[in-house]
Amino acid sequence: MAFDYDKYLRPGKLPHIWCPGCGHGIVMKGLIRAMDTLNLKKEETAVVSGIGCASRLPGYIDCCTLHTAHGRAAAFATGVKMAKPEMNVILVGGDGDGTAIGGNHFIHACRRNINMTYIIMNNYIYGMTGGQFSPCTPTGAKASTTPYGNPDPGFDIAKLAIGAGATFVARGTAFHANQIDKLIAEAIQHKGFSVVEILDDCPTTYGRRNKYKSVIEMMNRLKEVAVPVKAAEKMTAEQLQGKVLTGVLYKDETKPEYTAEYAKVIERATAAK
Amino acid sequence: MSKKVAFLQGNEAAAHGALYAGCNFFAGYPITPSTEVSEVLSAELPKIGGKFMQMEDEIAAMAAILGASLTGAKVLTSTSGPGLSLKQELIGYGCIAEIPCVVYNVMRGGPSTGMPTGPSQSDVMCAKWGTHGDHPAICLVPASVQETYEEIIRAFNLSEKYRTPVMVMPDEIVAHMRERVVFPEQGEIGVVPRKSPTVPPEQYKPYDTSFGDVPPLAAFGSGYKFHVTGLNKAADGFPTTKASLVQAEEERQVRKVDANVDDIVTFEEYMLDDAEVVVVAYGSTSRSARYAVNVAREQGIKAGMFRIKTFWPFPDKQIKALAGKVKGFVIPEMNLGMCSLEIERCAQGKAPVLGIFRVDGEPINPDQILDKIKEVK
Repeated sequence: MAFDYDKYLRPGKLPHIWCPGCGHGIVMKGLIRAMDTLNLKKEETAVVSGIGCASRLPGYIDCCTLHTAHGRAAAFATGVKMAKPEMNVILVGGDGDGTAIGGNHFIHACRRNINMTYIIMNNYIYGMTGGQFSPCTPTGAKASTTPYGNPDPGFDIAKLAIGAGATFVARGTAFHANQIDKLIAEAIQHKGFSVVEILDDCPTTYGRRNKYKSVIEMMNRLKEVAVPVKAAEKMTAEQLQGKVLTGVLYKDETKPEYTAEYAKVIERATAAK
Repeated sequence: MSKKVAFLQGNEAAAHGALYAGCNFFAGYPITPSTEVSEVLSAELPKIGGKFMQMEDEIAAMAAILGASLTGAKVLTSTSGPGLSLKQELIGYGCIAEIPCVVYNVMRGGPSTGMPTGPSQSDVMCAKWGTHGDHPAICLVPASVQETYEEIIRAFNLSEKYRTPVMVMPDEIVAHMRERVVFPEQGEIGVVPRKSPTVPPEQYKPYDTSFGDVPPLAAFGSGYKFHVTGLNKAADGFPTTKASLVQAEEERQVRKVDANVDDIVTFEEYMLDDAEVVVVAYGSTSRSARYAVNVAREQGIKAGMFRIKTFWPFPDKQIKALAGKVKGFVIPEMNLGMCSLEIERCAQGKAPVLGIFRVDGEPINPDQILDKIKEVK
């Protein structure tokens, strides 16, 4: 029997805003399958986003949904989670939202290791505003604001998350659709701040400027660059040139989780009273 | 039974007033001259199971309180000038998404870093016009430590009643001076609870105006699922660009405050009955003004004071009424003429408006005000 996505979708809110060929819908389906796998209660789940194409996702999900301001998802979500730690809190957004204007909130959510899951759809571009370069746009690439090629070096979101203190970091791609739900489900189950980067595509504002002839070509690129971490172990540095690791990249179950640590603060304060 | 009394700083009183009002979530970022609020609440909130968060920046602190408020928490942040500038983006979010919260801002000199330890009253316009777009504004300007305690409670009540951010803005003198505070008994000052939905979750709409201009707000995690956005939205909370809906929603958000000015606006009238010269003052400046009015009276000058306690909404009606019967207004303020502009607007040319403006980090003294009172012919 086909999977019933309607269980977690808001009735009457489709069609979504995403362009044909955009991978955000694939990620949303992955998220829904993950929520179903874990049997998350919709009333007890908050889905929080910032601004941008990917940040429109919460509007379609039938939970407590919070579409905040540009870059601020992690900070709003921290307030939700701290005030009601029993809620499942899932953040979604794009690369510009999460690593540029929201970069500070992102690294500090990682540092606190607060029990939330952040799904970053990385399509290397600001799509909603028409294709300006983001902190994840490859050097040399064309964007509406890099007509001579992008001079900026990009972020590696996964490394950034690990460096900042996140305790579960995974990466998938929009091509590897069947892996997305498993990565997200594992991330949600992890006690701590988990980051799932999904390499995505934006045929409308990135593909056409960078000589991709079709969505299929963009998807094939994701297929070609992705190397599962296990497979990478057997590959030489030369073979890994230009490749991107996928799967669970980092997991630390020893670092204390923030809401649990704050519960101890309350215990100490109450004892001292 | 005698009441509990303490010798407190304005900022400390603000923290204790917040606790009286039921505050159970605070997020802030260190900034002079308001940090004592954070220090007190970091110690007190966990004792009652509340949460204190020091966030990574001012914007994050504002975001965190809005997120927490959506779960039903009663929330506060504190800051000062530069922090208020940073928070403006999300104060606007609180206005459009209609999320109750209290922003405590101690006025120091500016613009930019200005004079962090000096007093000022130059944020009063920022309280209304700081965030972009049309939006409601409520801003209280206490003049004593006791009043800071009480006005914080009123701010929580107004934010819940009108489902909107409320600002409390003492100047640095009020925030840092120490005075006697008499604590109210439990229940002595009313605490307004949030209006919760009466409809079952499947019928709930977060902006359903059939319940009036202030629709009930459900809490995340209480069985209600709904959508919140900073986009213009329809009654169900989802974005809309439908012209008639956007117009109606924007007007309602402003109207819910504007139509209730008599409930919100508070002021003190001091020797106004026969006054020919009216000093309009607020915050610590009103203390010098009161002294100057007393001296003027001793010298046979019919002076009085209109003390603004609620800066926004502005007491238009009261100033307009005074303008028709006085010889002139004297406006002492620690900025280059912000309240004065409002008085001129309300006076509509019926009475001259004489300003005393200081931005040198020094308080306005009674002599300056007395001299200006004498200039009114």
